[in-house]
Amino acid sequence: MKQNPWYLAMLYVAAVVVSLFSIFPFVYAISTSLKTGSELFNPSLWPNNASVANYISLFTVAEQPFGRHLLNSIMVSTAVVVLSVFLGVTAAYALGRIHFKGKALLLITVLAVSMFPQVAVLAGMFEMVRALGLYNRAFGLVLPYMIFTLPFTVWVLTTFMKQLPKELEEAAIMDGCGPWRIIGEVFMPLLWPALVSTGLLAFIAAWNEFLFALTFVTDNDQRTVPVSISLISGASAFEIPWGKIMAASVVVTVPLIILVLVFQRKIVSGLTAGAVKG
Amino acid sequence: MSRIDFKQINKRYAPGLPLTISNANLTIDHGDFCVFVGPSGCGKSTLLRMVAGLEDITSGELQIEGKRMNELAPAQRGVAMVFQSYALYPHMTVAENMAFGLRVMGSNKAEIDKKVQEAAKILQLGPLMDRLPKALSGGQRQRVAIGRAIVKQPKVFLFDEPLSNLDAALRVQTRLEIAKLHHDIGSASMIYVTHDQVEAMTLADKIVLLHTGKLIEERGSVAQFGTPMDLYHRPASLFVAGFIGSPKMNTLPAKLLSAEASYAEVEVAGQRVKAAVDARGIAAGSAVHVGIRPEHVFIGDTGEGSSVKVKLQHIERLGDASLLYVDTGVGGTETFTVRVEGSVVKSPGEAMTLRWLPEHMHLFDGQGLARPRTVQLPT
Repeated sequence: MKQNPWYLAMLYVAAVVVSLFSIFPFVYAISTSLKTGSELFNPSLWPNNASVANYISLFTVAEQPFGRHLLNSIMVSTAVVVLSVFLGVTAAYALGRIHFKGKALLLITVLAVSMFPQVAVLAGMFEMVRALGLYNRAFGLVLPYMIFTLPFTVWVLTTFMKQLPKELEEAAIMDGCGPWRIIGEVFMPLLWPALVSTGLLAFIAAWNEFLFALTFVTDNDQRTVPVSISLISGASAFEIPWGKIMAASVVVTVPLIILVLVFQRKIVSGLTAGAVKG
Repeated sequence: MSRIDFKQINKRYAPGLPLTISNANLTIDHGDFCVFVGPSGCGKSTLLRMVAGLEDITSGELQIEGKRMNELAPAQRGVAMVFQSYALYPHMTVAENMAFGLRVMGSNKAEIDKKVQEAAKILQLGPLMDRLPKALSGGQRQRVAIGRAIVKQPKVFLFDEPLSNLDAALRVQTRLEIAKLHHDIGSASMIYVTHDQVEAMTLADKIVLLHTGKLIEERGSVAQFGTPMDLYHRPASLFVAGFIGSPKMNTLPAKLLSAEASYAEVEVAGQRVKAAVDARGIAAGSAVHVGIRPEHVFIGDTGEGSSVKVKLQHIERLGDASLLYVDTGVGGTETFTVRVEGSVVKSPGEAMTLRWLPEHMHLFDGQGLARPRTVQLPT
């Protein structure tokens, strides 16, 4: 069937419009981050005197160790991803492949955890974080972040795990594999698309989290970037340093974009093709 | 000696459910090709999976080479299984798929390579070794699955309906390959599950036909255990007679008139009919069933043997033969089938006379159990 050329043209125009619409804020953020002084109030997209002064000051002001905050964020988010995926895969193996009583109830309970808004668990969580000696440590954020990463990690991975053919597991058992080997050498390679997408989502959620980071960490050296950006201050109390804030925003967005671009090729379907007769 | 003994094996999936396998007693000899066959739901796959170790044995004992296997892990039993759906690891190449089991067992690399190369040669997988399963055809995947079993050099090969996913032409070819494989390997026993009686008859040294439904608990799972010719010529019961042979054996209700050592006389459809069966022990006048295979009935107004007048209902022409479905007037709604030469032309509604010889008759008592036939039969 031959496509109507008008239909195709309209499709591409629509695609371009949607792309521009979603990218524009980011483009404008980059543009603003390159402006300094009164240039900020010039709405033109292309800065007259582009300068990287905002970026330099981001990493050089001693009271606001943005570089340190960036490292904290990377560390926390990575730990959250590694722990969530590990716990998620092992839980999914149990929930997806093993029959035991109360499985459905357990799954619903896991989901119910994500039902409560962050504010509702804040007070209780605060007590727990303090009792465990995690207060005021960037690394202490890993635990509260798992509240929202684990439910969807477990659910998504359980769904994928259930879809893997049972014969594959039995073949591995006949080949002498124990549960760890089945997970590691047979299931994990087939779960790549699910692992990458849940891992990315967990990373983004941990990377962007603000409320817990603000509440559980007050030490200036232990902050993560979302809080850090909110605390960027200008020369006086009345000045909002838009240039610096935009520069910081660009800096924290870039790692996410790189991550998504690197891993997107892993998010391909059809990895299980050829395992069993379809 | 890779002898497999089933001793009073029972399987119940959950308390309260009926037995899936009941009182299975079998001995599969060293090097035998044994086929488990039966209608769906008879537990043939369950029985196979109990040998593999994928299902627990509720009670009874499974022995391989005289050693109790019940509690042993699947990988330690010296068995290898070929799955119906192949179950190849999709992220591994053909070579890696075959090597995986040995790698898990901790064999050294040189040895693994050697065994994989040997298996590849037997199965002619040489040019495919670096491909992923998704780049293989159904028949090739099946060969890889078999290769994965061969490299382990098991004492027992287990096949779970390995041909049911292949198309008809490939099925015949792979069937021959499996028969050849069994001949070449020789030393290993094979257990093969199928619902296809042609596969069972052609491949098996021994067939195990399993009961289904209520018969499992009443008579035990095993309906008959014997050579293919045994099951064809000496079916132990109406159930076996109805399963083995295609089209299935015709059975008619009858009344026993007299029984001698070599002949019995029965009344079928108002006729006196002789059967070469030793029916002594059944009281004269009791209700029995007689059986006659469609291929042993012929059409003829005159000639030897018993004759029954019938009316043709429907004809199926297969080319080499034609199947006539006729109305005998007895036996209720069950059809009576006759297999005749393909050149015979008849039209529905036509009346004709069917004949058969006493030495082709089977006779079953009131419980549906066969009485011994008194003629010389192939084994």
